[in-house]
Amino acid sequence: MAIFLTRDSKVIVQGMTGSEGMKHTTRMLASGTQVVGGVNPRKPGTTVDFPGGVQVPVFGTVADAIAATGANVSVIFVPAAFTKAAVVEAVDAKIPLAVVITEGVAVKDTAEFFEYAQKSGTTRLIGPNCPGLITPGQANAGIIPADISGPGRIGLVSKSGTLTYQMMFELRDFGFSTAVGIGGDPIIGTTHIDCLQAFQDDPDTDAIVMIGEIGGDAEERAAAYIAANVTKPVVGYVAGFTAPEGKTMGHAGAIVSGSKGTAAAKAEALEAAGVKVGKTPSATAALMREIMQGLQG
Amino acid sequence: MDLYEYQARDMFEAHGVPVLGGEVAQTPEQARAAAERIGAKSGGVVVVKAQVKTGGRGKAGGVKVAKSPDEAQALAAQILGMDIKGHTVKKVMIAQGAKIAEEYYFSMLLDRANRSYLAMCSKEGGMDIETLAVEHPEKLARIEVDPIDGLNAAKAQEIIAAAGFDEADWPALEHVLVRLGAVYAAEDATLVEVNPLVKTEDGQIVALDGKVTLDNNASFRHPEHEALVDHSVTDPLEVLAIEKDLNYVKLDGNIGIIGNGAGLVMSTLDVVAYAGEEFTARDGSHPRPANFLDIGGGADANVMANGLDVIFEDAQVKAVFVNVFGGITACDQVADGIIKAYEILASHGKHPKPLVVRLDGNNAEKGREILDGAGLPKLERVDTMDGAARRVAELAALAV
Repeated sequence: MAIFLTRDSKVIVQGMTGSEGMKHTTRMLASGTQVVGGVNPRKPGTTVDFPGGVQVPVFGTVADAIAATGANVSVIFVPAAFTKAAVVEAVDAKIPLAVVITEGVAVKDTAEFFEYAQKSGTTRLIGPNCPGLITPGQANAGIIPADISGPGRIGLVSKSGTLTYQMMFELRDFGFSTAVGIGGDPIIGTTHIDCLQAFQDDPDTDAIVMIGEIGGDAEERAAAYIAANVTKPVVGYVAGFTAPEGKTMGHAGAIVSGSKGTAAAKAEALEAAGVKVGKTPSATAALMREIMQGLQG
Repeated sequence: MDLYEYQARDMFEAHGVPVLGGEVAQTPEQARAAAERIGAKSGGVVVVKAQVKTGGRGKAGGVKVAKSPDEAQALAAQILGMDIKGHTVKKVMIAQGAKIAEEYYFSMLLDRANRSYLAMCSKEGGMDIETLAVEHPEKLARIEVDPIDGLNAAKAQEIIAAAGFDEADWPALEHVLVRLGAVYAAEDATLVEVNPLVKTEDGQIVALDGKVTLDNNASFRHPEHEALVDHSVTDPLEVLAIEKDLNYVKLDGNIGIIGNGAGLVMSTLDVVAYAGEEFTARDGSHPRPANFLDIGGGADANVMANGLDVIFEDAQVKAVFVNVFGGITACDQVADGIIKAYEILASHGKHPKPLVVRLDGNNAEKGREILDGAGLPKLERVDTMDGAARRVAELAALAV
């Protein structure tokens, strides 16, 4: 089952013919993902050769790609200045899932394309500025390396890409149902709460790791959601305890302003909701290890 | 990027928001000349306002009324160089004096929780809005603004009505709010705040003090915003990092940190700070991170070499921690980058600082072999993040 992405997912790549698009389409194909097409308005009707003799057709529009292939996921690699137009096109074509990998998208553009997708009601957005999601052993939509961990029964949701990789690495002996990198921008399409809800409902997920970081109050809201709705065990980690106020820590959304957005407040809210919070990634993995051993015992 | 008040004033004026006359000055003499020009519009009275990107400057003595150019010059001499909450005043704004009848509050900002925009407005301006929101939430109207529609006339009317303004003031307020909404949208702002928004004794609605935050990600469509960047207060190491296109933030400790990915680097800062608590230097201090440096998810050898180069330049740094989890980044590339950085350092006749490296993930074995084979001085490999953090903290404590 997993969440949002399975072996039956048919993936297209907007921006496939660019350097990042080519590199990661190669990786997605290598991990068994059904990549059924690319989109480039200047190259419709051509095909692109990938290792292993795989030929992927290029379509002029997302709508054409869906009509020809039945695609239901689009992974978007187009440059930041053109990301809004790419997402709007995907939403207009009613793609069920659009994964926006591009970083550096202007927040006004994200606010607008998020609102547009909400009004259309047809498309779930993940990202922008995210590594995408992987259902190990089934499909990979984005840039998460497929060889870190195999399939298992832990669900993972994280704002940060490399902390996603680190946590998958720490718990690779258990494996993951799905790991979702939701991105560190101030506005993101899919939140911790959306993923918690999906993992709670997923029969193939037994426990959930949630990774947050400074900025905003998404973790506090997730904590309230967990207290009211999540019965599966949740382990949490929050990065940025020592981050000073007023300095953006890499992600556009990772900034402490005044008393808002501190890691301590987030960890406290999660613990109050019954989430076990680790002090470091390794300590967090150890907490999850105990839970999984308990479930298996 | 946060703007200074005078920059926000100029931006408001360019978008048709009513503002009073104002000019920036960097010396008492410039302040005097500005006061002669600006004061001519307001019977000789001007306000000398410290330009700092922090609140509370009025209480700190950074805002003073001058009744003549002589007095403006004298006050500017007092205020320039003043320290306000750790910010040195390098500029003052000479603002036209005004006879204020009432003070209001308005802001428009990014609403992360609702993934939308939020307008806030109150008839009670001038005071700290966070205090007002807590003590009198009923006096602060909060209205969502659709990102696609923006702050149009209908939305402005909704906000004004919710804030409970007298109908006589509606047309003037509507005009000002729509123009402030235009500033927000056209300039790619994430915050436009006016506190206070005032009604003058002659009934004009004027933005008296403005705060604007611009979205750095939108700079591709605003080349003109480059001129607003304040280079004077930026840390020299941060400037060097910008030149090398690195994502670097200077902190106050003595352990240099390099990692790949913003979340992992933030986490590394925490883990190092925790480890630092376990070690005490001879002067009684605990080692702490000296910087945030994210070389990115797909870093190659050059980026690593540039990063180490900046960190080694930091005189405060006593030891360095390179923490890489190879996802897209290949650890052999990272190892090559470290070797290259040592070569650059040697070519400048400089000596390396103690360096602890943790490599995991993509091609980790290969990367570790390369480093072990290179025999670099003062370099140690530790294979877990927590263990490496403890070792670098120990080395930094010994070096103080």
